Amino acid sequence: MNYFVGIDVGASTTKTVIINEKKEIFGYSVINSGADFETAAEEAFKKSRESAKRKASNKYSVLATGYGRRNVSFANQTKTEISCHAKGSFFYFPHAHTLIDIGGQDSKIIKVNDSGKRIGFKMNRKCAAGTGAFLEEIANRLRVKIGKLNELAEKAERNIQIGSYCTVFTATELLTKIREGVEVKELIKGIFGSVVKRALEMDPLEGNIVMTGGVVAYNPFLVKMFEEKLDKEIFVPPLPQLTGAIGAALYALEAQGGQNA
Amino acid sequence: MSEEKKVAIKKIQATGMMRKIMADYFYELDKASKEGSPKIAWCTSVGPAELLLSLGFLVHYPENHGAMLGATRTANDYIPVANAIGYSPDICSYLTSDVGAFIKKETPLSRAYEGIEGVPKPDVLVYNTNQCRDVQDWFSWYSRELNVPALGISTYRNIGKIENYNLESIVQQMKNMIPSLEEISGQKFDIDKLRHFLSLSYDCTQLWKKILETNTAKPAPMSFFDGTIHMGPAVVLRGSPQAVEYYKVLLKELEERIANKEGAVEGEKFRLYWEGMPIWGKLRDLAEFFIGFKTAVIASTYCNSWIFESFDPEDPFMSMARAYTEIFIVRDENFKEKYIEKMVREYKLDGLLFHDAKTCPANSNNRYGMPERLEKKLNIPALTINGDLNDMRCYSEEQAKTNIEAFIEQLETR
Repeated sequence: MNYFVGIDVGASTTKTVIINEKKEIFGYSVINSGADFETAAEEAFKKSRESAKRKASNKYSVLATGYGRRNVSFANQTKTEISCHAKGSFFYFPHAHTLIDIGGQDSKIIKVNDSGKRIGFKMNRKCAAGTGAFLEEIANRLRVKIGKLNELAEKAERNIQIGSYCTVFTATELLTKIREGVEVKELIKGIFGSVVKRALEMDPLEGNIVMTGGVVAYNPFLVKMFEEKLDKEIFVPPLPQLTGAIGAALYALEAQGGQNA
Repeated sequence: MSEEKKVAIKKIQATGMMRKIMADYFYELDKASKEGSPKIAWCTSVGPAELLLSLGFLVHYPENHGAMLGATRTANDYIPVANAIGYSPDICSYLTSDVGAFIKKETPLSRAYEGIEGVPKPDVLVYNTNQCRDVQDWFSWYSRELNVPALGISTYRNIGKIENYNLESIVQQMKNMIPSLEEISGQKFDIDKLRHFLSLSYDCTQLWKKILETNTAKPAPMSFFDGTIHMGPAVVLRGSPQAVEYYKVLLKELEERIANKEGAVEGEKFRLYWEGMPIWGKLRDLAEFFIGFKTAVIASTYCNSWIFESFDPEDPFMSMARAYTEIFIVRDENFKEKYIEKMVREYKLDGLLFHDAKTCPANSNNRYGMPERLEKKLNIPALTINGDLNDMRCYSEEQAKTNIEAFIEQLETR
């Protein structure tokens, strides 16, 4: 049997998904990318095979995406994460929509039409404000484990506004808030609010909205804040962090002449 | 989609001739600088160069020097030097890199041309604010530093229809300069000499225009990246017979390419517009990157900005005023949009690239919603690349390339 593998070597994590010709997901993995993208891709691929209980001797068609896509020497082809996210998102939500993907190093707004064609995209500027890296830096400054951000933000009873664009200046702004006696959970909610604002600055966010990415996967409260701000339901796929890898696997299937993914 | 491959840029044979005339130009300036004669004027890129030439000045263009600092990837050695004396990293990086290099007494000219030790010493500095306000501040710095007079033209900016009063003001400002320029150069103004240089500039312009228009052919014979190099003579040697002769040779070569269906990009699949400044430090890198995706960047506002069709030796002052005012950078959004629309039609373009140059707001036309408006109007996609003309701290290689690649992937699905 042939398998189709999408490997998304992102700035923070490497995600791998294995699907078959029927587009069923057999296995997946998420590991830290570290500094050696080739090794990370190999490791993630191995882990996803283990999770799928499939041997290395099977036939795999591999498509790599993400910042490290060109470092995956065993990939049959590459595509940008922008195309792969659109593909993965449309797989779950096959209608026109705007996708907000908040990754480790960048935020993307991608528009797909009713037939799944990508009709536009925007990425954050060089600055990493509003991305996973931004949240990690702030968590670090506040001495809060990254995994605790969602829980803390949820508990906040009041909203505070964080106005700075820049990660470094945000940290300075937080110092002022701390001196004013603002609680950590409120600061975290303020930071989430800042992520929402950065996305709203990128696009009017009209129509159906889908959210994906690692930040969304681990911080569902952020989605809730987006819903409140936009006053509409936001769709999130079952494995939001793996959207790009799923899209990559679907492209690998398509390249092999499989189902028109 | 196809993978990024390392590819060679097709060599333009006329390049050798261009190098020779550019070298002659810089050596002539250097000689004059060392000997004190003829007098040297520094001039902004679309300043009244023809007037200066007619008064016997040799003309040095600091913006060209700025581009050299960018292209040689030395600008970032000098920008911080200007930042340190109070010139913000947010203002023109031509200005900051050029001033920084001057303070450090370094120039790419001395690396390129043996025996040249510095930029030519100016006897007068002449600017036209049709480019931006920064050129005035730039020349004012040199004026204070070198105790050399700075004379200027203030141009109306962001204009749609050009009115007579726009031009009359510029005519008057140019005429007002003449007594000072005569005094500095030691030569009397002679309108026939002005007509002579205007005529040469006009011929240069007509040829440069024809060269750029060869890219309406499919495949396009010359890339935008080639164009930014080959416009050198149009920038610094306009008003000279050498530039005219050079462009005849280049035009012939490009016409031969068209006849042989030889494109700058082998297997040209997509044709794009480049709006805004070049990213000088990444010219070759980006040229190769696009070739790898069989995508030809073939039309631009930037290269077209040295077409001065209004020059008319019969009516020198008014036609100069018109030519210096009708350029893209001086015009309002409505004019700019229509201009790009026309280019898209004539060059049969598939998409628009906007370069948002951090330190060059006057030449970054994505900032008032133009890409979004043109996407809707023309039904072709637009992409904004964040970067800068010279300051590579403002450019994220990975992010820019991922954006471009994703943009080409999008074109492939259309």
